[in-house]
Amino acid sequence: MTFYIFLFLAALAVFCGLMTVTSRNPVHSVIFLIGCFFAIAGHYLLLNAQFLAVVHIIVYAGAIMVLFLFTLMMMNLNEASEGHKPALARISAVVSAGLLLFILIAALKKTEPFAPPLTIDHSIGLVKALGNTLLNEYLLPFEFVSILLLSSMVGAVLIAKRDKSPKPELE
Amino acid sequence: METSFLIEKGILILVIWGITMLIALYSTFGERVVAAYFQDRRGPNRAGPGGLLQPLADGVKMFTKEDFIPNTPNKWLFIFGPALFMTTALLTSSVLPWGDKLNIFGYEVSLFVADINVAILFILGVISIGVYGIMIGGWASNNKFALLGAVRASSQMISYEVAMGLSIIALLMLSGTLSVREIAAQQGGDFLGISGMKWNIFYQPLGFLIFLVCAFAETNRTPFDLPECEAELIGGYHTEYSSMKLGFFLFAEYISMFISSAIIATLYFGGYNYPGVNWVADHIGPNIATILGVVVLFAKIIFFIFFYMWVRWTLPRFRYDQLMNLGWKILIPLAIANIIITGTAILLLN
Repeated sequence: MTFYIFLFLAALAVFCGLMTVTSRNPVHSVIFLIGCFFAIAGHYLLLNAQFLAVVHIIVYAGAIMVLFLFTLMMMNLNEASEGHKPALARISAVVSAGLLLFILIAALKKTEPFAPPLTIDHSIGLVKALGNTLLNEYLLPFEFVSILLLSSMVGAVLIAKRDKSPKPELE
Repeated sequence: METSFLIEKGILILVIWGITMLIALYSTFGERVVAAYFQDRRGPNRAGPGGLLQPLADGVKMFTKEDFIPNTPNKWLFIFGPALFMTTALLTSSVLPWGDKLNIFGYEVSLFVADINVAILFILGVISIGVYGIMIGGWASNNKFALLGAVRASSQMISYEVAMGLSIIALLMLSGTLSVREIAAQQGGDFLGISGMKWNIFYQPLGFLIFLVCAFAETNRTPFDLPECEAELIGGYHTEYSSMKLGFFLFAEYISMFISSAIIATLYFGGYNYPGVNWVADHIGPNIATILGVVVLFAKIIFFIFFYMWVRWTLPRFRYDQLMNLGWKILIPLAIANIIITGTAILLLN
């Protein structure tokens, strides 16, 4: 049962990923990317990581992609407004994507076949276990990350704030 | 995965779905009756005895209207929008506890569909996904007003999600669990010597107030019903919709009203607990106590649905900038202050 669910989710993730790249309309791309996120959240659930799955949905599908969709819809991009890309840009894109694929294949070839641990702790992905680990073992990095997030938030507000001082003359 | 388990949950899902639909259906009727009462007129009274068949007549009307699809390059997304909105409105009911355990001929039935470990986060996740139905529908309509209405609705929902999440955090600090079933069960404790009255409203009045305001904004109800504005936006995000697709958008509003009333009742008003729950369980029987609990829960839910309507016909609507100011500059700082107060109180009292 779990195996078939895994197969279905994997096929869905790959299909949505491909459609994200190949869709001509950017809004369709974003919608397929959201589908892809859901498939990946399903994988997390299969691995018994409930917290990660739900937070993945809230943060990526619920917050970040909404902002993407907002921007794209307001800009009203479509096939007609898509600029013609020069040949050099296309070639460099293909080469860099090919290089990335090469690196990924090389890295995957090097990895050892995954041996599952003998005793599987089923509560490892649950909130309680995660909270205990984060706030006991990794307290300092956790606090650093929160300070980083806070400072980026303050920075975003500062950038978005209207400049009250008179603008300097541009040459 | 036992068959009996699947059958039990399947029946529960169907029953909850049916009740949700029925209550939402009669909320549309109730809304008009309440409006009529507030405005001192009679309201719908022609279809059936006392107008009770009015929702059915409305449904038949919606289904038989011409289903017009505008000239849009995104026909599939145009259909997908209302479907998604409806789905997300219904999804939350799967993690809410509708009652305690019921004992049927020695077979124990728990009256919830899924007791997941992260139910609160699941609810927040579904709420954040709810934006997509409106956005996709509004954008695929290929109409400026629909797009503007969709952007308005979704920015309102995103803004109030933040305060809503923060107000729930204070509640979680008290209960120490993310499972809605456990939060509901905890409220069955003693408060001032009365059993079944340890409701969170007594411990989190400010949090409840913030949550309530955010629930109004999330369901796009008056005084926050700005996505729909005849003078500025025509019909808002559903301007181009007709027939049952429009019906889905309108009906989903009533479903989310029912669901959010259920969430408020469960999180802050004791869920299925009522004063003297232990006495009933001891003296009359646990099954009766459970059934009474379900009835009490639905009474609470219907009171909050009435409250939604009460507010709608009492308060004037906000202006859009007032709405945003309220969300970002008042509710979020208040919610953060509430977290700090709750934390201090827990530290001092324990």
